[in-house]
Amino acid sequence: MATKVFMEALSPTMEEGRLVKWLKNEGDKITSGDPLAEVETDKAIMELVARGDGVLRKRLINEGESRPVGQLVAVIAAPDENIDALVAEAGGGAPAPAAAGAKPPADVVAKSQESAGATSVPQRPSESQGEASAPPQQKTAGTPPARVESSQNVPAAMPASAGNGGNGGPVRSSPLARRMASERGLDLSHMQGSGPGGRIIKRDVESAAASPQRIAASAAPPRPAMAGDTEDVPLTQIRKTIAKRLAESIGPIPTFYLTAEFDLTRVSEMRAAMLELGDEYKVSVNDILMKAVATALAQHPEVNAHWLGDKIRYHRRVHLGMAVATPDGLIVPVIFDADQKRMSEISREARDLAKRARDRKLTPEQYTGSTFSISNLGMFGIDQFTAIINPPEVAILAIGTAQDVVVPDADGVAVRKRIRVTMSCDHRAVDGAVGAAFLQTLRRLIENPLMLVY
Amino acid sequence: MPVITYRDALNQALREEMQRDDRVFLMGEEVAVYQGAYKVSKGLLQEFGEMRVVDTPITELGFAGVGVGSAMVGLRPIIEFMTWNFAVLALDQVLNSAAKLLYMSGGQYNIPIVFRGPNGAALQLSAQHSQAFESWLGHIPGLKVVTPGTPYDAKGLLKSAIRDDNPVCFLEGEMLYNTKGEVPEEEYTIPIGKAELKREGEHCSIITNGKMVLVAMQVADQMAKDGIRVDVVDLRTVRPMDVEAIKASVEKTNRAVVLEEGWELCGIGAQVVDYIQRDCFDSLDAPVVRVHQADVPMPYAKNLERAAKPDAAKTIAAVRKVMYLD
Repeated sequence: MATKVFMEALSPTMEEGRLVKWLKNEGDKITSGDPLAEVETDKAIMELVARGDGVLRKRLINEGESRPVGQLVAVIAAPDENIDALVAEAGGGAPAPAAAGAKPPADVVAKSQESAGATSVPQRPSESQGEASAPPQQKTAGTPPARVESSQNVPAAMPASAGNGGNGGPVRSSPLARRMASERGLDLSHMQGSGPGGRIIKRDVESAAASPQRIAASAAPPRPAMAGDTEDVPLTQIRKTIAKRLAESIGPIPTFYLTAEFDLTRVSEMRAAMLELGDEYKVSVNDILMKAVATALAQHPEVNAHWLGDKIRYHRRVHLGMAVATPDGLIVPVIFDADQKRMSEISREARDLAKRARDRKLTPEQYTGSTFSISNLGMFGIDQFTAIINPPEVAILAIGTAQDVVVPDADGVAVRKRIRVTMSCDHRAVDGAVGAAFLQTLRRLIENPLMLVY
Repeated sequence: MPVITYRDALNQALREEMQRDDRVFLMGEEVAVYQGAYKVSKGLLQEFGEMRVVDTPITELGFAGVGVGSAMVGLRPIIEFMTWNFAVLALDQVLNSAAKLLYMSGGQYNIPIVFRGPNGAALQLSAQHSQAFESWLGHIPGLKVVTPGTPYDAKGLLKSAIRDDNPVCFLEGEMLYNTKGEVPEEEYTIPIGKAELKREGEHCSIITNGKMVLVAMQVADQMAKDGIRVDVVDLRTVRPMDVEAIKASVEKTNRAVVLEEGWELCGIGAQVVDYIQRDCFDSLDAPVVRVHQADVPMPYAKNLERAAKPDAAKTIAAVRKVMYLD
């Protein structure tokens, strides 16, 4: 008995998921509960697990593609079971062709209707609607004729491996090259093969992927909103060696610490000025610090990253975790896209999250997916401290208490409000100079807080 | 860890297993008084007596048959062939009796027998005495075929072969007997059917067995100087074959060279390539290349023999080819 694998709602608000990575290959034995794939939801990367036993017979979507919740993405069945009908139902199983695979799901559905109609099995489309209960899909299924007539669907259905080269002949490529191109959304027909007879081989795909004018697969479909939020950079040899050696030296996360003292004079002036405008403009030092950190992170993706063992994932979006002490212990709710938010929004959200944390009312979506965290013990009068990194993040910022310090001044000495921060950095991913550069940017922002509203 | 020869490793395995189980006995040409044509059975006659270390006439079919019969009634014979080339005379007992009796008796007769002896080419032994038999024997359901390439593997696998309740063909090498390697003093066995990654690399897999393992290691050393790191997968057992090990390596390197001592057609490499195309198709960046003996009876002339045998230079050329380096 075959088990259909659907895109599941892995968070309460998830409407579609992007398949980040298949964890099983076609042909792998599957036991119920095995993780099949990593799926990026609207909030975090979650595992899609098997709901039945057997062999992963068919993967119906490529890595990097998105599907609405409820859509069939794979089939688990006995090794010899006939799954043709299931695959046909899902739209002919379009994973191999890069172009077709990159089409938005709606078109795939339309195409399945087209082919179903051609083989005169009228009940097929309604069956596939029934299987996938996601509203967007049903909507599309209601307007099939327009889709079918659209001529641009036809070339999209052609497999990339059979695409045309410059001279109109077939593109020769190694199986590995085809797989890699498909995974990276590259079109083989635009590549030069360096193998015998112009065969496109691994190194050709790698150099095409690395070249700045990456040629995307044809048809240029609208990319899902989440694509490109991260960039996976395979580890270089030197990075691997650094990671291994330092980890051996210090433990699972080879941490080092950078401490800096920032002048808060202008932050205090700004707060005072805002407060004069009215209570609704009241922001805390911590709110300003968070805005500054988020702004600095947007400029330093090298510390806004996740260590994933064989690669480092740099995040282009800033999801700022803030450590909150609760009676139950520490929890780190997240301010998503903190760099895009105004100080007032950060302030409101931070207060709300902290309250929810203390009331134990946080949902999992509210405390997963952070890309960088801060921990503030200033209110406890701590001068400075070191925080423990929240894996897989690669750094965390520990903030001490703001206090009056006597500092040298042009006129002798002056008393200034200052604050000490210590950044803990995972040395596997972040080198000292990289961490220091981030703190430099942060200092500039905190000591000139008007830049935060520029 | 003591460093001993392949010959002494086999000798230790025989001695230990004969001490361990008095149903185990050794029979073959020159195994007793002469202490073995290649001295593998040195000292065994003295320790175990002529009931358990038995010299035979030059009658391969006859003593192989005596072995199968004794196994049917509860003994655990080790039949030594002076070379596998001579075992051709005894193949009826190996293929038709030993390999099939369990099946044809409806499970009544296990045949716990080991047929062993040197396999493949040595130096200038000419066409009739230079043949590699692993593909012939590996073809037969009911047999296990083991081809150790190092002293460590030879000892651990021979002990497993002797303890196995089914017929095992154990293929040694005249050119291997004097090779040395570390063999621990303490008891160990190596499971039949498990390959070993003899060298860890990333650019190309060399899949091989038996004495070709030494050639593959030479290739690995030599190519490492140019920064090319190859995986050396030593199959160790030809039947059953460790498909998972092949798969793991090829999926990592995306390229494979299969190196074997015998001929091309219906060779071990043909089977390995089939597994690779079946299981690793989407991981391949280049067609798999095979290295094997030239498709001729082994020449006697030294220069021609060298030209016919698979060697390091031919293997390096193959690795360069699958890596698109030439």
